[in-house]
Amino acid sequence: MILGLYNYWVVVVLMMIGLYIVIAHGNLIKKIVGLTIFQTAVFIFYISMAKVDGATAPVLAEGISQYSNPLPHVLILTAIVVGIATVALGLALAVRINEAYGSIEEESIQNQDNQEC
Amino acid sequence: MRDLFAVVMMLGIFGLLSASFFVVMDAVDVAFTEASVGAGISTLLMLTAVTLTGRLEDGERHRPMWALVVVFITGGLLIYGTLDMPYFGSADAPIHQHVAPRYIHDSMQETGLPNIVTSVLASYRGFDTFGEVVVIFTAGMGVLALLTMGSRTGIHRVMADSIFYLMHEQHLILRILTKILIPFILLFALYVQFHGDFGPGGGFQAGVIFAAAIILYAMVFGLSTARRVINRTFFKLLSAIGVLLYGGVGVVSLLNGGNFLDYNVLADDPVAGQHLGILLIEFGVGCTVASVMVIIFFNFSGRREFP
Repeated sequence: MILGLYNYWVVVVLMMIGLYIVIAHGNLIKKIVGLTIFQTAVFIFYISMAKVDGATAPVLAEGISQYSNPLPHVLILTAIVVGIATVALGLALAVRINEAYGSIEEESIQNQDNQEC
Repeated sequence: MRDLFAVVMMLGIFGLLSASFFVVMDAVDVAFTEASVGAGISTLLMLTAVTLTGRLEDGERHRPMWALVVVFITGGLLIYGTLDMPYFGSADAPIHQHVAPRYIHDSMQETGLPNIVTSVLASYRGFDTFGEVVVIFTAGMGVLALLTMGSRTGIHRVMADSIFYLMHEQHLILRILTKILIPFILLFALYVQFHGDFGPGGGFQAGVIFAAAIILYAMVFGLSTARRVINRTFFKLLSAIGVLLYGGVGVVSLLNGGNFLDYNVLADDPVAGQHLGILLIEFGVGCTVASVMVIIFFNFSGRREFP
């Protein structure tokens, strides 16, 4: 059944929403929001691959034999915290750009640069 | 949506929803992290950035035609690519065949920890995690470097603080509630830190929760009050100490005759050594994450200018 692949399609849709925001919007904060959505789509991709039907969370307990795959969980756990650190760095850049140009719209930054040349 | 405040709020809701989705997918540790990061800290940081850069977007340039074409072509190709993938939830997918069975079967004997995620994170893949901690530390230093340059003069700062003070005089209920809540949040952070070996939790989550408590305090009582309680130099040192503690454990295990980050040699009994090593490096991770988050928040909100 091809419908068993629906988890990947959800991920692709979310990813494309994020990509669209990054391409189509000129506002730097919105671009960062788009990147965050894209990033969350990747997280969902990994976590949905780790899921096993009828399995339980990977904390060992008596009487349970089937667990989800712990490896993607580890990778994504650290990726989330690294993600917020890099988002903070991006926001810091946006704040500095706003101080230098008085705007965070791509168009108006570009115009100011062209006038200087 | 033109209003960036609404956009950031929606993003927070999205974070919370994906956290609950991770619970459904049996990834409790990940859900924990996403709930504290995606719905908590990232919303806060975005909001502070929005107050600094202006709330409204002037959306002149919005030509979606080409963007839509690119997005649909990429999306179509990706969906075509998924046709060969294993079905959702199937136990015989290639991803479940290689390293994961070993972690699930042997981690209890080798590390003595019931939470497989913690033992993989801190022991089997300790090297990776060390890299991640260094990345977080570097990002914190990057924010410091970007936002401390050319900051406002002292006079402005005094003015801003007095406005802060006036503002916070009014929120009596909020202040009392915060005072009651903060000890419990800190206690919970410590619980998550040291109980991470047995249940969901660990250094990353605990660090974020700890930072959230301090940020809550700074938001309700004003930055200047928070600065009196929390020394910035201390936090800068703490973030470095966390990384050093992690690397130090690795060096000690080298000196004891093992490999880098091989905790078996830390004590006479390998399992006890693993316990000690994992506890120490989780503590290092917690220190670095908490202090980097606090540093980032203080630098953002320290730049806020008042009319």
